[in-house]
Amino acid sequence: MVNQSSSAWQRWLTQTVLPHVILFGYTCVALFPIFLVIINSMKERKAIFKAPYLPPLPDTFSLEGYATVIERANFPLYFTNSIVVTVISLVLILFTGSMAAYALSEYKFPGNTLLGLYMALGIMIPIRLGTVSIMSIVVSMGLMNTLTALILVYTAMGLPLSIFVLQEFMRQVPRDLKDAARVDGASEYRIYWLILPLVSPALATVAVFTMIPIWNDLWFPLILASGESVKTVTLGAQIFLGQFVTDWNAVLASLSLAMIPILALYMIFSRQLIRGLTSGAVK
Amino acid sequence: MKKEVTKTSRKPFPVHIVVFMAPAVIIYTVFMVFPLIDSLRLSFFTPDGQGGAAFVGLGNYINLMTDELWSGRFWNALWNNFVFFFINMLVQNPVGLLLAALLSARKLRFRNSYRTMLFAPTMLSVVIVGFIWQLILSPLWGIAKGMMTFIGMEQFFMPWLGLESSALIVLALISVWQFIGIPMMLFYAALLGIPDEMIEAAHVDGANPWQVFWGIKFPLILPSVGIVSILTYVGNFNAFDLIYAVQGGLAGPNYSTDIMGTLFYRTFFGFQLQLGNPTMGATVAGMMFMIILGGVLLYLYGWQRNIQTYEV
Repeated sequence: MVNQSSSAWQRWLTQTVLPHVILFGYTCVALFPIFLVIINSMKERKAIFKAPYLPPLPDTFSLEGYATVIERANFPLYFTNSIVVTVISLVLILFTGSMAAYALSEYKFPGNTLLGLYMALGIMIPIRLGTVSIMSIVVSMGLMNTLTALILVYTAMGLPLSIFVLQEFMRQVPRDLKDAARVDGASEYRIYWLILPLVSPALATVAVFTMIPIWNDLWFPLILASGESVKTVTLGAQIFLGQFVTDWNAVLASLSLAMIPILALYMIFSRQLIRGLTSGAVK
Repeated sequence: MKKEVTKTSRKPFPVHIVVFMAPAVIIYTVFMVFPLIDSLRLSFFTPDGQGGAAFVGLGNYINLMTDELWSGRFWNALWNNFVFFFINMLVQNPVGLLLAALLSARKLRFRNSYRTMLFAPTMLSVVIVGFIWQLILSPLWGIAKGMMTFIGMEQFFMPWLGLESSALIVLALISVWQFIGIPMMLFYAALLGIPDEMIEAAHVDGANPWQVFWGIKFPLILPSVGIVSILTYVGNFNAFDLIYAVQGGLAGPNYSTDIMGTLFYRTFFGFQLQLGNPTMGATVAGMMFMIILGGVLLYLYGWQRNIQTYEV
C-alpha cells in the first residue's frame, strides 16, 4: 500500500515494475506447458527425457512422432469433420439466429416478450442435461453416427446466446433506415438482408462465442458420433492419446498437431477476437 | 412452439414473422427444450422389465440419494463437484481479476501481447489441456519434479494426479489454468468501461491506486463479478471433459475425482462393466438441472436484484 509520502522510486517500483513482473510471470505459467510440448514433439525419444527444456537441436531433431501419428491416426479426416461441423453449425446459428433476433427486435406481436424469454432460457441451462432424450431423438431420426446430428445439436446449443446478443445490437439500428426502405417498397425480407451487414461486428462476436465450445466439445461426439469416419479432432485426439500413452513421441506430436492450427488461427485473429469478446461483454 | 407466433393472425397474417422465427424456434425446441423436458419426465419412470416404463414418481431420486447402490457415488460426486467449484471460484476469479486490473491500467506497455498470450490456453480443447498437464505432472517425464528441485522443494513432489488426496485439487487447478481467460476478459471489459474522469477525480482527491481500485472500480464492476460467478458455477456443475480426458470414465483414483458430469455419463451410457441406465441417467441429469437452476435463481433474485448498480 503506497501512501502519498512514499518516494517516486517506490511508486515506480509498485506501479510500473510490479505489474510487469506479475503479468510476465503469469504469461510464463500460461504458455510454458504449451511451448514445452511443441518443442519436445520434434525431438527423439532420448532427448525428450534427458533435456526436456532444450529446443530440438540438429542431433536431437526427429519427426518420428509425427510419422506415427500420420500412419496410425486419420487426423486429416478428423480435421475435416471438425471443420464441417463447426462451419455449418456456425452458418446455421448466425443465419437462423439473426432472423429470429431481427423479428424479436423489430416487430411488436403478441407473445414477443414471452418468446424472447423462451429463447433465452437456454443461455444458462446446459443442453448436455437433455442428452438422454437427444440420443433417442437422434436414433429415431436415423442420424446416429452422422455429422448432421452434431450440427443440429450444436445449432440448438448456440442459438440462445446468439439471439440474445444479436437482438441487443439490432435494436440499435436506427428506425429511419428501415422505414426509408419500407417507403421505397422493400419487402421485410429485403430489409432484414440490408440490416445484416450493419450488425456484422455483433455477428463476429457471436461467431467467436459459439465456435470455441463447438470445436472443443467432447461430450456429443462421444455419445452421438463416435464412429471412425465421423470422429472430430477432439474425440480423435482423445482416443488416439488414450491408446498411445506410452509412445511419448506420438503423444507429443498429436498434441502439437491438434494445437498448432488453433493457435495459429488465434494469433492471426486474436485482435478481432478479443475486441469481439470485450465489446460483447460490455454490451 | 409455433402457436406462439400464429396467435397474431387476427390482422393480415404476418407471414414474415413466422418465416423469421420458425427455423430458430423449431431447431431450439426439438433439440434443446423438448429433450430437457422429456429427460426430466423420463426421470420419473423406470423400465418395467417388459420393454415398457413404469411411473415411479420421485422413486429414482430417492434411490439416488438413499439406496446404497447409488447414494455413495452420488454424494461423493456432488461433494467433489462443490470442491471443484470452490477451488475454481477462489483461485480463478481473484487471479483473473488481478490480471484484468493490471491489464486495464492506463499506461501499460505490451498490453496487447499480454492479453493475447494470457488468453491462449482458453482456446485449446479441454482434452488437449488435460493431456498436456498429465505429461507435465508425470513422474516419468519429470518436468514438475525438475521444477520443484529447481526451487529446492524436491521432497514435496508427488504424483498428484494419482493420489486420492490431491487429484481433484490438481484437476481443478488445471481447469483454472485453462479458463482464467474468461473472467479476465469479462473483468477487463468492465474495467475499460469506467470513464477516465472518475479515476482522475479520485487521484486529484489524493487516493492511491489501491484505494481507487477498491473504492471506485470494484463497486462499479460488481455486475461482472456476479456474471463471472454464475458462469463459473454453471460451467463447473456441467463439467465433464477434463476429468474424462485425464482420469477416464471411472474418475479415478478410486472415484476421488468423480463429479456430476462423469457420474451422469457412466450412469446413462455405461462404462466397462457397468450397464447404461437411461432412466437413472435422466435422474442424475435432473439433479444437475436442479442444482444449476438453483444457482441461477439465487443469482437472479439474490444477487442481481440486491446489488447496487451504478450508472456510469
